[in-house]
Amino acid sequence: MNRYPSWLNALVLVILMAGCLLALPNIYGSVDAVQIADNDGTDLGEDRLEEFVRVVESAGVTPEAAYLQDGRVVIRFDSVEDQEKAGERLRGQYSREANVAMTLTPKLPEWVRDLGLSPMSLGLDLRGGVYVLLEVDMATAIDSRMALYQQDFDDRLREARIRHRVDLSGQLITIRLTAAEDMQAAREIIESADSDVLVADGADGKSLTVRMTQTQIQDRQNFAIEQNLTTLRNRVNQLGVAEPLVQRQGVDRIVVQLPGVQDPNQLNKILTATATLEFRLVDQSGDEPGSRRYPGRGNESPQVLKRQVIASGDQIIDAKAGFSEGQPAVFITLDSAGGERMLKTTMENLNKPMSSVFIETRRETVVRNGVEEQRTIKLEEIINTATIRGVFKNSFQITGLTPMEARDLALLLRAGALAAPVYKIDERTIGPSLGQDNIDRGFNAIKIGFLAVIVFMVIYYRAFGLIANVALLSNLVFIVAMLSFLQASLTLPGIAGIVLTVGMAVDANVLIFERIREELAAGASPQAAINSGYEKALSSITDANITTLIAAVVLFGVGTGPIKGFAITLMLGIITSMFTAIVGTRTIVNLSFGGRKLQSLPI
Amino acid sequence: MKLIRDKTNIDFLSAKRRRIAISVSVLLVIVSLASLATRGLEFGIDFTGGILLEVGYPQAADLEEIRGNLSAAGFDDAQVQQFGRETDVLVRLPPQPGNEASEVRTELQQVLQSGGDPIELRRVEFVSAQVGSELAERGALAMVIALLMIFVYVMIRFQWKFSAGAVAALAHDAIVTVGFFSVFGLPFDLTVVAAVLAVIGYSLNDTVVAFDRIRENFFGLRGMSAEEAMNISINEMLARTLITGLTTLLVLVALLVLGGESIAPFSIALIVGIIIGTYSSIYTASATALALDVNAQDLIEPIKDPSLIDDLP
Repeated sequence: MNRYPSWLNALVLVILMAGCLLALPNIYGSVDAVQIADNDGTDLGEDRLEEFVRVVESAGVTPEAAYLQDGRVVIRFDSVEDQEKAGERLRGQYSREANVAMTLTPKLPEWVRDLGLSPMSLGLDLRGGVYVLLEVDMATAIDSRMALYQQDFDDRLREARIRHRVDLSGQLITIRLTAAEDMQAAREIIESADSDVLVADGADGKSLTVRMTQTQIQDRQNFAIEQNLTTLRNRVNQLGVAEPLVQRQGVDRIVVQLPGVQDPNQLNKILTATATLEFRLVDQSGDEPGSRRYPGRGNESPQVLKRQVIASGDQIIDAKAGFSEGQPAVFITLDSAGGERMLKTTMENLNKPMSSVFIETRRETVVRNGVEEQRTIKLEEIINTATIRGVFKNSFQITGLTPMEARDLALLLRAGALAAPVYKIDERTIGPSLGQDNIDRGFNAIKIGFLAVIVFMVIYYRAFGLIANVALLSNLVFIVAMLSFLQASLTLPGIAGIVLTVGMAVDANVLIFERIREELAAGASPQAAINSGYEKALSSITDANITTLIAAVVLFGVGTGPIKGFAITLMLGIITSMFTAIVGTRTIVNLSFGGRKLQSLPI
Repeated sequence: MKLIRDKTNIDFLSAKRRRIAISVSVLLVIVSLASLATRGLEFGIDFTGGILLEVGYPQAADLEEIRGNLSAAGFDDAQVQQFGRETDVLVRLPPQPGNEASEVRTELQQVLQSGGDPIELRRVEFVSAQVGSELAERGALAMVIALLMIFVYVMIRFQWKFSAGAVAALAHDAIVTVGFFSVFGLPFDLTVVAAVLAVIGYSLNDTVVAFDRIRENFFGLRGMSAEEAMNISINEMLARTLITGLTTLLVLVALLVLGGESIAPFSIALIVGIIIGTYSSIYTASATALALDVNAQDLIEPIKDPSLIDDLP
């Protein structure tokens, strides 16, 4: 009686060993390293690995190890000095195409890496870093699209020699025609420009209204957030942070996590600035319809600029900072459409002045009549006005900036424009010392709590308590193994979840052992008591665990941030403890007491 | 070793004790609700929005001086308090309208630094009011969903009278735990919401284990009244209830003492909740089921297909 078939014993052993193996990577410490990831997100190959190692060696540094991991190159060093030296050299050489990050990496031996194993990843509250939640301003995304329509319709109608006026108010474009007989032609022109927009005749018989369809608005919003994601990823990559996270959340939000970054101000510029450029001709007569006066930055004189944009930031495909005739300059490359337009404009406007307008958008909170309101502020400044000396197309340069501004602008332009402004609505920064404190405190609590439970169980249930303790320890190993396997971030609330699990996991064993005691007291033989103890306690254990699991699943589903971290470890803990407390202890009990005559049980 | 005698026979559910227990529970719930209504909760910036700074000073921090400096710089509404160690200070501010978070942070850093000592910004959190109210909504939603799902599960596994008993016990635990935070003015943040949900899970665990035994005894001890059967079940499960409560409290006290200040509200919520939950699984749950006149018939599965019943002769 009370014997498990040997295959079942073997299976339990195999599962335990698998757990130990998955948890193993966590016992190695970490080591200074440089991590290189391609900016485009493509996986780096062996050839690049060798190339990077050669570059590092040319800086006079010998790496401790170098290998590929998840498409990234990891190069480990024996000292921080080596790391810095190598990192600087690599950054100098590859900063434009790759994200070169100085970081700490787990010191895993090769065979562990080859198995694809890695340790638990730590949440920002444990390793330090910056967490930012951004909201994408969808209204602006729509508005900018409407403005493009407005200009496009205007251009097309003028080309067709239809006398008209185009007004934009909110998300509605009104086209007023001088002659009612142009209505049909105007409608055809608009529909040929975009067959999806909703065109309606105005009540006066001489006007048309145009608006976007719901689908178009949604598409535009999706496009805006997707493009913002790409742009932010590019910009974040320029920061040289290891394993940054840029992720969409819900309809209009983006989460950015930067492990190890201490100064959120460093992010502000690149995250929230939607700095972009526009190139416009100066309206020398000053009275063309739609012309507007723009202020100049610093000593730059203000100008009246024409309404038509020759090229704008989203047509810039490359931008480099440098010097031109001793002046800080940004060298700009346009895409083909922008280049063509630039070519046409410069051909037609030789020796006329053209301005570069720097546009920055940010949001401020103002209090109006006691109500808080968010207001978008658009700052437009002329940074440079120059006479068109020759015909140019895709490549040209602009000046009128400080060296710092030239660098920032080039970075922003290169990383791409944000399709819509983003605003920080949640920002959390954890310093590295607090992170380490949290780790130390958390693990201390686990250690002491675990110890207290172990001592109690042995005193209370003697040999059976010892068996329950083995189960409890393997439960901890399994939780760590699962966290490592799933690569779910461990957070401080997550550690609290583990602590709670330690306390609650013995519950199953308490239920079983109390039942065995009851059976013994009722006069059952030791073997029968063990058997019915396990059997009868099972339904209680299952019910109890499933109900707690329900609470944990709800927490995981509805909760955010810290709550999710707690829910994950609680869920894992409940599942693994069911196995260790029921099957695990039964295996040991069977092996130690099963199949022989017993007078009493050490319980 | 044994914590309690082998065969306890405490009459937990006598009419008199039940009355006392119900009075105590009702009183606790009323005090909690009254405090929630009048005093409210010390919501953390997770829910209200605002700015929070945890600052480390090289030596013991002078809170009065810090308060003075802050209010001189125009931050009149700053709350300054010690945080764990005497060198650590927590500064809280309501959302600052009209100012960029980064500017406020820089300004605050300068003000706090003005004593001359280099300070360490250990943690800076900036939460907009909008996110705050969203998080609060989601927290409340989580509680409601959890209670509903648990009600359904217990109804499927047992019967609606038990289900009502279980949910009454859980609501009782949740209200009293949150009420405790209100009465003592403890900071209520997102982790406390997580803790209250864990309390719900734990307390239910206790209740379900008791119900399981009650069901078993309803069948095994026929001819006994529901009250007697429940009383015997609770006595039989007493050792288990207390031991599991004890081991859980052991680890939670370790977490409270060693886990650091930021996790303390979480630990307190769980400790209070588990004590209340242990009491409620003995009294509230069973008393509610008894009040609803639960009996052995309720647990016999009704025959689904009437055609299977033989026709009466």
